[in-house]
Amino acid sequence: MADTFRYRDDAPHEEPAITLDSFIEQPGGASAVRVEAGDDVRQLIPYLDQLQLIEIAFPRFRDGRGFSSARILREAGYKGELRAEGDVLIDLLFFMRRCGFDSFASQHVLNPVDVEAALNRYSNVYQDATDDAVPIWKLRHG
Amino acid sequence: MYRYDKYDQAMVDARVEEFRDQTRRRIEGQLNDDQFKPLRLKNGLYLQLHAYMLRVAIPYGTFNSEQMRKLAHIARKYDRGYGHFTTRQNIQYNWIKLEEAPDILAELATVEMHAIQTSGESIRNISADQYAGAAADEICDPRPWAELLRQATTFHPEFSYLPRKFKIAVISSKEDRAALRWHDCALRIVRNEAGEEGFEVYAGGGMGRTPFIAHQIREFLPAQQIFSYLQAILRVWNLHARRDNIHKQRMKILVHELGEEEFRRQVEEEFQTFLALGTDFPQAEYDRIAEYFTPPPFETGLPEEIDRSDPAFALWVDQQVVAHKAPGYAIANISLKPIRGIAGDISAEQMDVVADLAERYSFDDVRATHAQNLVLPHVRKADLYAVWQALDAAGLADANLDLITDIIACPGLDYCSLANARSIPIAQKIAERFQDMDRQRDIGELKIKISGCINACGHHHAGQIGILGVDRKGTENYQLLLGGSGAEDTSQAKITGPGFDEAGIVDAVERTVERYREIREPGERFLDTYRRVGLDAFKEAIYG
Repeated sequence: MADTFRYRDDAPHEEPAITLDSFIEQPGGASAVRVEAGDDVRQLIPYLDQLQLIEIAFPRFRDGRGFSSARILREAGYKGELRAEGDVLIDLLFFMRRCGFDSFASQHVLNPVDVEAALNRYSNVYQDATDDAVPIWKLRHG
Repeated sequence: MYRYDKYDQAMVDARVEEFRDQTRRRIEGQLNDDQFKPLRLKNGLYLQLHAYMLRVAIPYGTFNSEQMRKLAHIARKYDRGYGHFTTRQNIQYNWIKLEEAPDILAELATVEMHAIQTSGESIRNISADQYAGAAADEICDPRPWAELLRQATTFHPEFSYLPRKFKIAVISSKEDRAALRWHDCALRIVRNEAGEEGFEVYAGGGMGRTPFIAHQIREFLPAQQIFSYLQAILRVWNLHARRDNIHKQRMKILVHELGEEEFRRQVEEEFQTFLALGTDFPQAEYDRIAEYFTPPPFETGLPEEIDRSDPAFALWVDQQVVAHKAPGYAIANISLKPIRGIAGDISAEQMDVVADLAERYSFDDVRATHAQNLVLPHVRKADLYAVWQALDAAGLADANLDLITDIIACPGLDYCSLANARSIPIAQKIAERFQDMDRQRDIGELKIKISGCINACGHHHAGQIGILGVDRKGTENYQLLLGGSGAEDTSQAKITGPGFDEAGIVDAVERTVERYREIREPGERFLDTYRRVGLDAFKEAIYG
């Protein structure tokens, strides 16, 4: 793991994440889960209150399933850390933040200046997502 | 037409800077080619056989004279003096230098244009009826909805790394001029019994190596809920599509594998989730956008008669001019299919001529069509002769709309790195063979569509006569297909049998056409005859 960026105020969660299958077999114990790209995150919805870290794998940066998984978890009310792990590239970060990810564990070294530039490039957005950005249509109509 | 406000402008300006920065990181080696590829594709930049190609978005095929002049300028300054209109109402340039691409995007942004999501695994530029706002048969102008969806789907955070490309089309008439059901998501605006506007929704269409005609998954969706429904479709596909085989990742494959019923069930379930989130754009935003599409100030009391004393002009009127909803006006189609030309190609000088004509005679409005032609949508009938004279002087007055020489052809092996065979010379040879105008008009409507590989950019599955170029042991070989349609009577063409070489395919097309002329009944188009008699009645003529 080469590079980690975190956008939360609480202390990093130290407990190692277990697989979604193991968690579902024995829900109640763990507070950190790792989700693979093809996993159905809706299985976690009954347990969101007890989870403090959900790590979603991006095995290849082109595999965008994790964007939907993240948004589903946030829409279901998950408040804990949501981490994108794996082939996480700078030009994915803005979309990941909008889908609810608040930490990144990239297998690559990411230049922090480029990371900040990528996250702040667009001052507005066209549509609602799970962040608090106000869509342009709302700005237009006050 | 729609005009950018400060928000839209800031969005495309930021996009230019983003791409400039991505190009810098590529050149500095921080991004490898594999990582850079999807980024450049999302900005319309392909690597072809000889150079980069840039595909510029023309949202729903509508643009104005200032934009057309900018396209001409780009053709002169950054390319070889011409551009190519595509089957998705966009324009592409074939000889682009990567290092100049950010500058071209910056030039486009000055006239409210961009190349955003014209390629790659993204929600592509939305296509629409080229006669929108002018057609006598539309129930409303579909473009406000297309523009609303353009904004809603631009940089969508959940759906920017989709399994494959995703194409949307919107029309609002019974007659389909946009190849609607060949799209991943096809929307037809209808009114219900209460007179409310809504969408008929079709999903899972597409050409390529595994063609499917889109299934109707909703008979009536209240118009205001379209973004929720679209996101539901996209989420079902994004989560459940295969990711292990690029040829099986289009949504049509998922719809086919799940079956229409199960796909619909999953979409409806996800739809409830999105409705509850309240992400749909409000009526006020639709109204704001629709304001830009209020009809131009048509004059009243204009003459309906057209002076047909010039026979060449009369011929052009008969073939290229279509009824307009406003009295005294007409829709004028401009052919980009001259004999010996290249389908969809247009020189910078010709672009300037069309821009001038649009400005002077068509309320500053031009359209691009999926059949790779252009349209002046609002011409006074009294001005048609002047328009025709100017087009004629510019080499743009061919009178072959929907005739056998109005051929759709992909760039093929002359440009494209995916192609197995050339398309352009085949189209040219067929057009030369049938160039006699009396013969063309006697044959009547006959839509030939040619692709240089199974990716089907030349729409051969939808061709009344389709031609597919393949590689057969190192030589180009052409398969012949019959009976396709991209109109409201959508159908998929069927392959006739063994393929032909370059000369052989032209002869085979001619034998097909001659058989049609022998057996047609009065008033039958080629497609009607084919549907009546079937493939076998043609096979004997084709293969002897």
